[in-house]
Amino acid sequence: MKRAGLFYAQLAFTILVCAFMVVPVVLSILAGVTANFFQGIGSGLTLRWVVQVWGLYADTIRLSVIIALACLAATLIAGVPTAYVLAKRPGRVARLIEELLVLPIAIPGLAIALGLITTYGAFEGFRKSWLFILAGHVVFTLPFMVRAVLAVLLAIDFRTLEEGAASLGAGFWQRFLGVVLPNCRPGILAGSLMVVTLSLGEFNLTWMLHTPLTKTLPVGLADSYASMRLEVASAYTLVFFVILVPLLVLLQRFGQPARRAERAAPVAATVPERAPA
Amino acid sequence: MTGASIALADCGKTFADGTVALHRLDLEIAGGETVVLLGPSGCGKTTLLRLIAGLESPDPGGRVRFGGEDVTARPIERRNVGMVFQSYALFPNMTVEENVAYGLKVRRVPPKERARRTAEMLEMMHIGALRRRRVDQLSGGQRQRVALARAIAVRPTVLLLDEPLTALDALLRERLRVEIDALLRGLGITAIYVTHDQAEAMALGDRIVVMREGRVAQIGTPRDVYFRPANPFVADFIGTINRLVGVARNGAVEMPGGRFSWRADAAGPVELLFRPESARLLPPEGAPLRGRVASALFMGDRTRLVIAGIGETPIIVDTTERRQFHAGEEVGIGLDPEGLFTLAEAAAPDPQPREGAAERVTA
Ligand SMILES: Nc1ncnc2c1ncn2[C@@H]1O[C@H](COP(=O)(O)OP(=O)(O)OP(=O)(O)O)[C@@H](O)[C@H]1O
Ligand SMILES: [Mg+2]
Repeated sequence: MKRAGLFYAQLAFTILVCAFMVVPVVLSILAGVTANFFQGIGSGLTLRWVVQVWGLYADTIRLSVIIALACLAATLIAGVPTAYVLAKRPGRVARLIEELLVLPIAIPGLAIALGLITTYGAFEGFRKSWLFILAGHVVFTLPFMVRAVLAVLLAIDFRTLEEGAASLGAGFWQRFLGVVLPNCRPGILAGSLMVVTLSLGEFNLTWMLHTPLTKTLPVGLADSYASMRLEVASAYTLVFFVILVPLLVLLQRFGQPARRAERAAPVAATVPERAPA
Repeated sequence: MTGASIALADCGKTFADGTVALHRLDLEIAGGETVVLLGPSGCGKTTLLRLIAGLESPDPGGRVRFGGEDVTARPIERRNVGMVFQSYALFPNMTVEENVAYGLKVRRVPPKERARRTAEMLEMMHIGALRRRRVDQLSGGQRQRVALARAIAVRPTVLLLDEPLTALDALLRERLRVEIDALLRGLGITAIYVTHDQAEAMALGDRIVVMREGRVAQIGTPRDVYFRPANPFVADFIGTINRLVGVARNGAVEMPGGRFSWRADAAGPVELLFRPESARLLPPEGAPLRGRVASALFMGDRTRLVIAGIGETPIIVDTTERRQFHAGEEVGIGLDPEGLFTLAEAAAPDPQPREGAAERVTA
């Protein structure tokens, strides 16, 4: 009896906490499809606000997607080789770089933005283009890509795989493209999802770096909260959700690269007693 | 295909952290010969193998030659070696067939020829049925076969195997050992096989290189290292050895358990060594040596007896007698004079490859 009582108390608490977090989200989404929020849901459901958001903010959405994809490309090109080099080189310098890579995560976005502005603000063409925001996003997301790929590389014993390929006559590029890259796909996938999600949702940095002509979705969102009627702002939030939630779901599914890789790597089975991930 | 000869000159390996994994050594291996590197963990077997493979470079001054050609500066991918790793190192992103075909693909062997040779290898290693499997769906023994097939598919001139059977269970190990032996003989390939299992070394090697702490303790045929160990380390590491300390006098050796005839020219204290199978069990009456059974271990094909009272330390004797032995039972021992040796007279290291090693037929 006692036990059941405790169980129900825990359940009630959990539900309460969930409700605390979920209710505002649901309300906000509802507001975006309600004809008149102040009259309540009774005033009817409509897509009018969503259409209006598209008319007003399509540019910010487009720019966000472009920046996210460009950011992905940049982090792939820079991050995957970086992770490979870090994994390959033992020694203090490599470990130091690994630590340094965490810094952008620890430093507030505002500080990074300030750093970028003081360093590159003078280059007006750059300062005014969306590439400036891209630069900020790359600085912010690169560590996530590197870490995700690094985790997989360390889990699959890629060194031995590479030696195996080399013993069969494969040169560096053949090994890298044919053996190393395909085998760290789980890490690349997880890193990519992370980078896209972070870039799409990034506000702190972007808010400092944007110009009136280079607004991203979250910046536009803040604008609309400040200046639009509540229904429009809510509809905008809804659009943001529709873009972001699938990514979050995928991230949840593929977001543990190291463990997945370990399960996939046959070498793991032959090395006695690996510490569980 | 015939294998290249290998010559190492003055090859040592000091790692960046100062560990001397291998002291400078010379080693010559004839084309087609199978050499086994044997020694306890950490003695530098893998390091030596990796030096030959081209995965490590020797300390300055060291030279590696394949068939007379200096390959010291060549990376592994241009040495035409086949390598079987202890962890197999199969590519998880490829099927069995793709793994075996990888080396051929990298060498740009035309697709038709590639398919033919891959099929041939799969057939030869009895893994044809697993062609389309992913390598993480294979058992340990199957992986081992894929690793072997992959390594020899490219027709290397030298095959290097690093403890290929260690991860397998005893029964499978025995079976694959026989297969590998037949394979190496059949291919006539130069092979270097690393193991810390002395039975495996005996069965596979034309010659055995016994290593200890980065140095060569002895090089010789399995019979050499077994019957004529060059030093106490080799004697103890390979098989079981018995030591008898006695006094030589008038063509016989005397010890607590009795006396037996030995060289007429010897005099003074001697230490004699022999293997368990060089001793025969005799009725106690009239036997040259007498002792008591301290313990008896029935092993199926033989019984291993520990016998006390003959020398200062107990000796180990194997017998095929089917009866049961009891502790304390008195037994007599006769020693096969051929099986007796002293360390002083044991073989000097034999650095030259044996003549006709490649033609040795499969047992
Ligand atoms: N990369 C390295 N850096 C520093 N020391 C190393 C390195 N690789 C091996 N060693 C050291 O060199 C010595 C010989 O190692 P090696 O791997 O050759 O031994 P092994 O005979 O193959 O042993 P095992 O039977 O355990 O595989 C060991 O003391 C080892 O710790
Ligand atoms: Mg080793």
